[in-house]
Amino acid sequence: MTVDLTQFHAAFFEESFEALDAMEAALLKLDIGAPDPELINTIFRVAHSIKGGSATFGFSDIASFTHSLETLLDELRSGGMPVTAAVSDLLLKSVDVLRVMLRAVQSKQPIDAQRVSDLQFDLEVTIARKRESIAAETARAPAPALTASSDGVPAATADAPAPGTEARRWRIHFRPFRELLARGNDPVRMLRELAGLGGLEVRIDIQALPPLADINPQECHLSWTLEVPGEVPEEAIRQVFDWAEGDCDLAVERVPPAPSTAAAADAAQSAPQPQIPADSTRSPAPQAAALEPPALTPAPASPSPSAQPRPEATLSAPGDSGSIRVSVEKIDELMNSVGELVITQAMLSQLGAQTEGPQAERLRAGLAQLERNMRELQESVMRVRMLPISFVFSRFPRMVRDLAQRLGKQIELKLTGEQTELDKTVLEKIGDPLVHLVRNCIDHGIESPEVRLAAGKPAAGTVHLDASHRGGNISVEVSDDGGGLDKTRILAKARARGLIGANETLGDAQIYELIFLPGFSTAEKTTDLSGRGVGMDVVRRNVKELGGKIELASEPGRGSRFTITLPLTLAIVDGQSVAVGSETYIVPLISIVESMQLKPTGINRLSGRGEVFSFRGDYLPILRLHALFGVEPHTRALDEGLVVVAEGDGRRVGLFVDDLLGQQQVVIKSLEANYGHIDGISGATILGDGSVALILDVPGLIRAADMRAAA
Amino acid sequence: MATQTTSEQQQRAPDSSQVLTFVLGNETYGVDILRVQEIRGWSAVTKIPHAPAHVLGVLNLRGSIVPIVDLRMRFALERAEYTAVTVIIVMSVVTASGRRDFGVVVDGVSDVVDVNSAEIKPAPELGTRAAIDYLLGLVSIAERMVVLLDIDRLIGRDLGVLPGGTEAGSPAADAA
Repeated sequence: MTVDLTQFHAAFFEESFEALDAMEAALLKLDIGAPDPELINTIFRVAHSIKGGSATFGFSDIASFTHSLETLLDELRSGGMPVTAAVSDLLLKSVDVLRVMLRAVQSKQPIDAQRVSDLQFDLEVTIARKRESIAAETARAPAPALTASSDGVPAATADAPAPGTEARRWRIHFRPFRELLARGNDPVRMLRELAGLGGLEVRIDIQALPPLADINPQECHLSWTLEVPGEVPEEAIRQVFDWAEGDCDLAVERVPPAPSTAAAADAAQSAPQPQIPADSTRSPAPQAAALEPPALTPAPASPSPSAQPRPEATLSAPGDSGSIRVSVEKIDELMNSVGELVITQAMLSQLGAQTEGPQAERLRAGLAQLERNMRELQESVMRVRMLPISFVFSRFPRMVRDLAQRLGKQIELKLTGEQTELDKTVLEKIGDPLVHLVRNCIDHGIESPEVRLAAGKPAAGTVHLDASHRGGNISVEVSDDGGGLDKTRILAKARARGLIGANETLGDAQIYELIFLPGFSTAEKTTDLSGRGVGMDVVRRNVKELGGKIELASEPGRGSRFTITLPLTLAIVDGQSVAVGSETYIVPLISIVESMQLKPTGINRLSGRGEVFSFRGDYLPILRLHALFGVEPHTRALDEGLVVVAEGDGRRVGLFVDDLLGQQQVVIKSLEANYGHIDGISGATILGDGSVALILDVPGLIRAADMRAAA
Repeated sequence: MATQTTSEQQQRAPDSSQVLTFVLGNETYGVDILRVQEIRGWSAVTKIPHAPAHVLGVLNLRGSIVPIVDLRMRFALERAEYTAVTVIIVMSVVTASGRRDFGVVVDGVSDVVDVNSAEIKPAPELGTRAAIDYLLGLVSIAERMVVLLDIDRLIGRDLGVLPGGTEAGSPAADAA
């Protein structure tokens, strides 16, 4: 299964930038010395989401950086390290660096690797220092590290001003992952191809090479720093590594013909270089950058003019989808207004049809035009909000594959109900919780192939994602056939953490409840997948924000199943309109098996159990909608009306109606907002003529009929 | 109990408040104007299954689904025909779960009047009627008696949305 992940990049960047703003705000609110744990949690979650997202999309530099950041934050969260001004500064700097990295990736520019690794180094140093000595030095220790960093950043960027100008060389940091060879990539061929672009200078790094005895020839331990001179388009270089994307760390950057590199010949060539920016003196940026290389001193100023203009220029380019965020209420208002317009237009059309006179023909032509335009407008507005859940689901195949490989597990991903449409806002918020759940399933749920085989299960575990409309809700299930939740371990962990008393005994449901607490994790060690205990509380928080709930069922040795149920605040359903007397009802197409006219001979009356009819060898009960809803029908004779065979909760019934009217997509409106719940009705919709039609909830209808029969 | 509701009225409007009056049969009723969303003509409603008889059904009000209550039936008055001049007053009740809109069918809308809270007389204890607690009081305007209604109690309970509905009902039952 291949999915083009790039279509989701825009959403990821948008969310990440927004999250970083929130993180920054939280950092600024953080009190030195006495931090609010909730704020630290917020900051932590941002780092965690960005890490998850960037890992999914293969932005390994960002993922690696956020992992370090997260480790530091974890120390703060657990209280292992005090929040000092230095640490807070360091975190704010990380926000800036993350923004720069994201912007670089977004505009497909090389990441300023030096700046990133410097800061990452500072983060690691801070963590390491703390681990060495927490005692007296805490106040002072991070400070030197910090000054080092503030020196380091400009120093790093000082040799970067050239990127802004017409650089003459490309420097490529190419560090394949071990499994690069196993994926069918050959570094030698790549290098050869690079050399074909012009000259090539190769420096190899053999530090990671294990002793000869330990070498596995199938693994790649080498990394390279490559330099390609000349006017080679970046695209051409990137193309060489196309197939290795995701299997290596790759950074392509422009470098000036550095005097340090013994490239005397290049130096001669580089003489005309200043003239190139001079040609484009209109923009001040290249000018400033051109001036930069000789004067290295005013360092902090230089990175911004040289590094900023490029990403910003590309930001406004068509590559950016130019999306804006609009509040849900505005869209609701828009939808309601359009609905009113449609009704007014219908009224005018009716009036136009009755009008006579010389102008009537033109009036009718205009009204017909108006009707077409209205329909288009209505459809566009509807489309604004609704998207199939496949939008979210399609991130998973790649993620599952990568995780399975990293963990040495065999996992099969099953996706069903991908076409279930749901509200865009719901969709946006359901993504992260699902990522967490799927990760949890893979990391904690599915066992290694050996354990599975020993337990008599197939070596490959299954993770199943399913979405469906259920009653008035959307339900999304994430299930696995792994080991299930380990209740004793959850209990032990909760006791160790002091979440529950040593002698407290809890029921299953209460035990499962524990895993939704912030900071709870049973993982033995922290991996960059999960185990930090942020996952489940974020999941629940997000689901609750949508007004939904999350349920958990687990069976030892058989797996676990998370069910997220979300209310259908505004969703579209494909419906069949049926007439009963003067009323119109909508039956969701998804519940309809077939519609048919009954023959008098096909109907049987069971004593005390109502009427049944034969359908494909089965006898199905007949539910008379007019009787259930207290409506006066056109006909009570079963062979004169029609029967809609509908299915709900695995049972089939025949709904007796007067007539079928037509199929249409309808917008589900809540009856509960102003009235209340009605058994057998999931909501209402507004028909083309402005009148209201109720939408049937077939499973609820069957239950309601059961209760009537029992009463 | 009547004094208690009067004091409530005083809290809401220390001096005077505006009241929308409407006609139902021979009576004139009044509701707090701030609760009125809009007044519109009659149009056919969609029936709701299992609803109380006086809840006629639901209407589309600019995209939201609004239940319609027939006040004549609610007050057990003689039923009137719905015609083009029949009026629906759309009002809102405030509940624990937020604002809820609904419409009431009345014979006609009369006027908007200022009512001084000091002029409001408590409703007489009728003894037999348990549901009398939806009356805020009586006020005389231009020689006519206007019955002021507590919309939250009158309608909120009917819609099954007012948590206090049953509680508010019980003291009235006790009083009776």
